[in-house]
Amino acid sequence: MDLVVDLSVVLFAIGVVGALVRRNVIVILMSVELMLNAVNLAFVAFSRMHGNNDGHVFVLIVITVAAAEVAVGLGIVISLFRNRDTVNVDDVSLLKW
Amino acid sequence: MSIQLALFYFFAAVAVGSALAMVLNLRNTVASAMSLVITMVSLAAVYVLMDAFLVGALQIMVYGGAIVVLFVFVVMLLNLRQDDFPPPRQRFVKALGTLLVLFALGKLVAAVPGALPEAVARLPEGFGGYRDVGTALFTRFLLPFEATSLLLLAALVGAVVLAKRRLD
Repeated sequence: MDLVVDLSVVLFAIGVVGALVRRNVIVILMSVELMLNAVNLAFVAFSRMHGNNDGHVFVLIVITVAAAEVAVGLGIVISLFRNRDTVNVDDVSLLKW
Repeated sequence: MSIQLALFYFFAAVAVGSALAMVLNLRNTVASAMSLVITMVSLAAVYVLMDAFLVGALQIMVYGGAIVVLFVFVVMLLNLRQDDFPPPRQRFVKALGTLLVLFALGKLVAAVPGALPEAVARLPEGFGGYRDVGTALFTRFLLPFEATSLLLLAALVGAVVLAKRRLD
């Protein structure tokens, strides 16, 4: 069971590094998905540990949130690409101080 | 080594490897999305090894089926060029941040052994099946479930509005 939590931590760290290092908005969104999946894995592991189904319910809700997030996020990406012709986050600094 | 443990090691290695491939692939965004599919499917296998059968099936259906298809669709729609590493002035900060994340990761992994309680020896009948999870979802977790439906509606409307109008 320790191993599963370790795997979850490693995947979350990969997601964090990906979201920080990459410049492509789409890859950043994918890294966020990876982090959500790592959290799901921790939920499932703890659920198995306690022999209780509640964690699975939370995983279902997290999956729904992830789907909604991707739909809106990719909508924003398409809209951004139409207006600015870029998906590089460094080129989109209008709101940056 | 039991067969479950061997399978877990295999799928964990595949998941970590393809996650790294997703993050480190600078050339091709479609290949990144394909690596994401491999990660999702091997995570579904890990879920099944953890007796979470419904969650494993939904993982393949929703992530492998819907979300990644959406990613690939958008990547192909936009016809992206390759993106590079950040310019040198930011590279130092990024490397520092990455090292910090890796340090925190090492600390967390080192803290895990012995910190978690033992797993229960006997699982209740039907653990992780659609009947148990569905009953919990529609009785004790009814309010979060309904809130999720509102969120989905909002996301639907938002996506339609965003795809329709120009930003400015």
